[in-house]
Amino acid sequence: MLRSESLRVDEIRKDFPILQREVHGKRLVYLDNAATTQRPKAVIDATVEYYSQHNANPHRGVHQLSLEATEAFEGARSKVASFINASTEETIFTRGATESLNLVRYGWGNSHVKTGDLIVLTMMEHHSNIVPWQLLAKQTGARIEFVGLTKEGKLDEDHFERLMGQSPSIVAFTHCSNVLGTINDAARLSARAKRAGAITVVDGAQSVPHMPTDVRAMGCDFLAFSGHKMLGPTGIGILYGRRAILEEMEPFQSGGDMIKQVHTTGATWNDLPYKFEAGTQDSAGAVGLGAAVDYLNSIGMKRVRDHEMALTAYALEQMSKFPGITVYGPMNAKDKGGVVSFNMGDIHPHDMASLLDEEGVAIRSGHHCAQPLMELLDVPAMSRASFYIYNSFDDIDALMQALSKARNVFCL
Amino acid sequence: MSSSDIYRELILDYYRNPRNFGRLDPHDIDAKDSNPLCGDEIEIQIQVSKDGKMEEVHFLGKGCAISQASASMLTELAKGKPLEWTKDLSKEDILKMLGTSDLGPARIKCALLSMKVLKTGVYAYLGAKPEEATGSQDIDH
Repeated sequence: MLRSESLRVDEIRKDFPILQREVHGKRLVYLDNAATTQRPKAVIDATVEYYSQHNANPHRGVHQLSLEATEAFEGARSKVASFINASTEETIFTRGATESLNLVRYGWGNSHVKTGDLIVLTMMEHHSNIVPWQLLAKQTGARIEFVGLTKEGKLDEDHFERLMGQSPSIVAFTHCSNVLGTINDAARLSARAKRAGAITVVDGAQSVPHMPTDVRAMGCDFLAFSGHKMLGPTGIGILYGRRAILEEMEPFQSGGDMIKQVHTTGATWNDLPYKFEAGTQDSAGAVGLGAAVDYLNSIGMKRVRDHEMALTAYALEQMSKFPGITVYGPMNAKDKGGVVSFNMGDIHPHDMASLLDEEGVAIRSGHHCAQPLMELLDVPAMSRASFYIYNSFDDIDALMQALSKARNVFCL
Repeated sequence: MSSSDIYRELILDYYRNPRNFGRLDPHDIDAKDSNPLCGDEIEIQIQVSKDGKMEEVHFLGKGCAISQASASMLTELAKGKPLEWTKDLSKEDILKMLGTSDLGPARIKCALLSMKVLKTGVYAYLGAKPEEATGSQDIDH
């Protein structure tokens, strides 16, 4: 296979201080990007600069620093909004994808879902896109159906179609599976769910960081994602919501800044997006996320996607040649994000991750917050390598060498 | 000690051919617990003799080599011992049993899960409060 890198990985790696360090005396090969990515110096510097030069409470004061803080915070929002082709009114800061999904569960679900309503999820969801809906169903008496998967690890379209015939009120699905890597056709699924009368909630935690995103083209009602999976700080995330729906929704959390007026008799809500941003926000985190968006834009999301697709194709090819390895999910890199989950012989993933760690290779092991999927595939756990812009073909070679070593230790 | 050193022949043998694996019926003690980080699960069942000894000790479970081998070796170690013996059982005893001096923070929980389960079961049987049974802080999670 052609090992042509569409990105200048050597140059990119220089921007990430943590990639210069060693682990157990070995070069760090960081392949746990679906869990969290590393931060370039530009993101770290932007947060430090915000705190050292502009820090104040945005939206609150008329003094110079508050104005600068507001400008930095709202500037970050504009960057993120453009990144996904949304308006700033529709781009809500949250603590992460989990809080974004909970916002929809409380803000929309509480006032719209009734006893007997149907919520449709898929068997490839992360716990964060399952548990909020289970709690909503428990509270309202709604029921949940999970769309099954094909043998290849793609969505069972016939099953999806049958469930759409039952007029669900919510259809929530991941754009890209954090385990199988499967990319779902969010535009087509959203359009079909909408025809069935449902609102559509897309978990973009594993897609927005890795490919071009256009919420208009996607046509979903909500899109949730996290900053820390796209080079940004932890503790900051985004909920995109379609304006018409956000306007008629009740607030999620309440307090300062989300109100227009408060009297002893009640309160009225602030305009979008502030209605959903109660209390002082993580403005430094937002600024960091803005810098992460700048960084990704400087590379170009199409090139990010192409690079990861090349790495994934190479990894799939290497792994399928390797005796004893089972790979889960689609085997064509075009159908999946930069995520390769696997098992080897009877080596438990937790043992595998320990052995790889010794070689400086960081992967994830366990159930990946997707226990229903583990049960469906009848495996207790998996090992997972996941890629990003700073990974190279050499990293995958290092992974394969470490796998050989693990095989020897376990006498396979 | 590097982590590959722990996967010696002995550990792999107990992982692949676990001793005292499977249900024990009837039993007087039955306790189980799991490690949410990696999903290791251990259940221990014990037959207690009239003079308070652990006559038969079996385990069930799934998980990594360290957790399963540790559980299997612990059942062998506990068999025939008085119930009181579990009170003095420590992290050091388990490490010695596994033939290692240290496992590092990520894997020590795997090794100690079976000790936690054994203590929980025995303490409950003896009527002590379960929280006393967890022993060392290293096994909290």
